[in-house]
Amino acid sequence: MSLLEVKDLSIHFGGVKAVQNVSFNIDAGIVYSVIGPNGAGKTTLFNLITGVYKPTSGEIRLDGEMIQGKSPNELAERGVARTFQNLQICMNMSALENVMVGAHLRLDRNLFKAALRWPSLRRRDNALREEAAELMKFVGLDQYIHARSDAMSYGVLKRLEIARALAMKPRVIFLDEPAAGLNPKETIEIDRLVRKLADSGITVVLVEHDMKMVMNLSDRILVLDYGKKLTEGTCAEVRTNPDVIAAYLGAHA
Amino acid sequence: MQKNTYLGLGLVIAVLWVLPFVLPNSYYMDLAIRMSINAIIVIGLNLLIGFAGQISLGHAGFLGIGAYASAVLPTHFGFHPLLAMAAGAAATAVIASVVAKPIFKLKGNYLAMATLGLGIIINIALRNEAQWTGGPDGMAVPAFALFGFELNSDKQWYWVVAALLVISVWASLNLIDSPFGRALRALHGSEVASQVVGVNIVRYKVSIFVLSAVFASLMGSITAHYIGFVTPNFADFFHSIELVTMVVVGGMASVFGSIIGAVLLTALPQALATFEGWETVVFGSVLMLCMIFLPKGLVPTLAAKFGKGD
Repeated sequence: MSLLEVKDLSIHFGGVKAVQNVSFNIDAGIVYSVIGPNGAGKTTLFNLITGVYKPTSGEIRLDGEMIQGKSPNELAERGVARTFQNLQICMNMSALENVMVGAHLRLDRNLFKAALRWPSLRRRDNALREEAAELMKFVGLDQYIHARSDAMSYGVLKRLEIARALAMKPRVIFLDEPAAGLNPKETIEIDRLVRKLADSGITVVLVEHDMKMVMNLSDRILVLDYGKKLTEGTCAEVRTNPDVIAAYLGAHA
Repeated sequence: MQKNTYLGLGLVIAVLWVLPFVLPNSYYMDLAIRMSINAIIVIGLNLLIGFAGQISLGHAGFLGIGAYASAVLPTHFGFHPLLAMAAGAAATAVIASVVAKPIFKLKGNYLAMATLGLGIIINIALRNEAQWTGGPDGMAVPAFALFGFELNSDKQWYWVVAALLVISVWASLNLIDSPFGRALRALHGSEVASQVVGVNIVRYKVSIFVLSAVFASLMGSITAHYIGFVTPNFADFFHSIELVTMVVVGGMASVFGSIIGAVLLTALPQALATFEGWETVVFGSVLMLCMIFLPKGLVPTLAAKFGKGD
């Protein structure tokens, strides 16, 4: 059984059919990429699977459990993590605190213990501070551990989002265009980081426009166009598929 | 907690400790007590507004519930003042949590309108239930007695209120720097980001709304006992606005800013008393200037300027 099974998934916004009858399976431990031209429905697909949108119809199963329509926080409890194409960093918090928020579900969230500075809660929180700093090092943000998040650059914040997602100790992580807007050097660093994530046993689902990165990293690729599944397969299969070439280069190419 | 916050807490304790020995007369003592009471309410409200990024324009309503619980229950039903205070807080918690769920489906202006309406409803209820509350004329509040010891002098009240203020500051600082507090600040920073890491945002908004309402209710009870008389003005809409202004002027998301905001805006009307009739104009101008030149509020602006955060 696959880790994630998506069957006939659709969502309509008024008359716009953003995702239509898309089905695919993702096995545990692989790097799975979703590609397609702008507006193909990639981010919408991510939003559906991570609970930000509720599907109009279709099924999503995580380890066999139906998860469509569940809220993002319920999915977080099941080990689903994600990053955002348009950054979602809490600018009112330090960089390290942003990462610490990622560990929300693993902590004692009791209000009264917090107000009373309960020793076990403090101990756990201090340990987490160390752990969050380690995660920031893991994603290559060693020099930003004491930084304010609103003083950090775009490319750096992209990696901060990944560190926050990792603090959840997720089983599967959805990366929405982690290399978008990055310079070539930063792109290579992200490329390496995604590889490190995959090697650590986390299933990675990737939306990315950088084809070199996609072909380099992916075990399997799903191609979307106009909200529909165009094809799905290994890098070699997708690269030579005439429909994919048509979608990217125009129908008569 | 960082070094600066310890420093701030120490400073608050030191000032509160020294104050009664340097204040020249009971007028200033009274002012200090009312500043401290407001400071506690504003700290609670700042948790909601400044840290969690939500708004309430009805907090005076909760203050009114606490105040009237402490007036009505001992007078008409023979409740012990402490029990009446607890009953007021419990009633506030129930009302706040019942209305919070639908209210926090709203955002921005709509949330402001809903909380404003809630405050006004409470105010109207207090005005109209004259057989219990004395209506617009208000009613006397029995003295606060504990173990046969009656709180009546300004000095005694001062120490009680000062102790409560120190506890509030300490507890709020702890709260902010905890998993609960981080979740609150995260949902302020980005709701969707906090949700995908597992924060149940509605639950957190409701919890902090109820907590700040209970803060207001408890201090409403204290105020009622201290002044010895309650009127529906406790729960007035303008009182709610005043509290929000204290949060904004002192500084959003700053515990120490809450204290400064409460101190300044409690003192301001007194200082303006000589302007006879023009107080409101001066008051309004001060607020406008503050909004224009110190949009983040006094304490965060100054802290940034001198390179020290809290």
